[in-house]
Amino acid sequence: MSATPEELKERIEAGIPGAVASVTGDGHHFSAIVSAPAFAGLPRLAQHRLVYDVFGAEVGDRIHALSIQTRTSEPEEAR
Amino acid sequence: MSEAPTNPMRQAIEEAIAENPVILFMKGNPDAPACGFSARTVSILQSLGAEFAAVDILPDPRIRQELSALSNWPTIPQLFVDGELVGGCDIVSEMYQSGELAQTLGLESPLGEESEPAAADGAPLTIENRL
Repeated sequence: MSATPEELKERIEAGIPGAVASVTGDGHHFSAIVSAPAFAGLPRLAQHRLVYDVFGAEVGDRIHALSIQTRTSEPEEAR
Repeated sequence: MSEAPTNPMRQAIEEAIAENPVILFMKGNPDAPACGFSARTVSILQSLGAEFAAVDILPDPRIRQELSALSNWPTIPQLFVDGELVGGCDIVSEMYQSGELAQTLGLESPLGEESEPAAADGAPLTIENRL
């Protein structure tokens, strides 16, 4: 029951409000680029945690590796 | 006499993090990393000339289990500086490229101009302490 990039994309987008994800992977190692308004103002560590939290204990297990890049979408305040 | 059942593994990890200003939990060791992500993180630290302690999590699955439980971070490697989780390979790589990593480590960035040796004491840590 290996995971697919499509499954990861759908779950990230369902799990983080407003998220748009682009996921590549071979069934075990995945790479995700995720943008979401929810990332605004959060330190990078917290942004990545939001993505990892979508998968819980599956990361490191069924999803052997998940490499993450995060972007904040729709920056609301530009100063 | 003792309080709640102690967890020696967890305690050992907490002590290692507390005692080493820069510590990397990885797969394998710096001379022979057992995973590409660990290898990349090690080579970034080495390219900055950073001194770091390294813990191989592979010999005992409980190391990873307890580490992830206390750091709230699921993957390996995990880099801690001054007791705080900095991140895994992705974040370390991004911070290396932006020069933030050298700053966090109190080193001069090879990318930037010569900077004053920062008065690192009391530097603000934005990462919330989760322990």
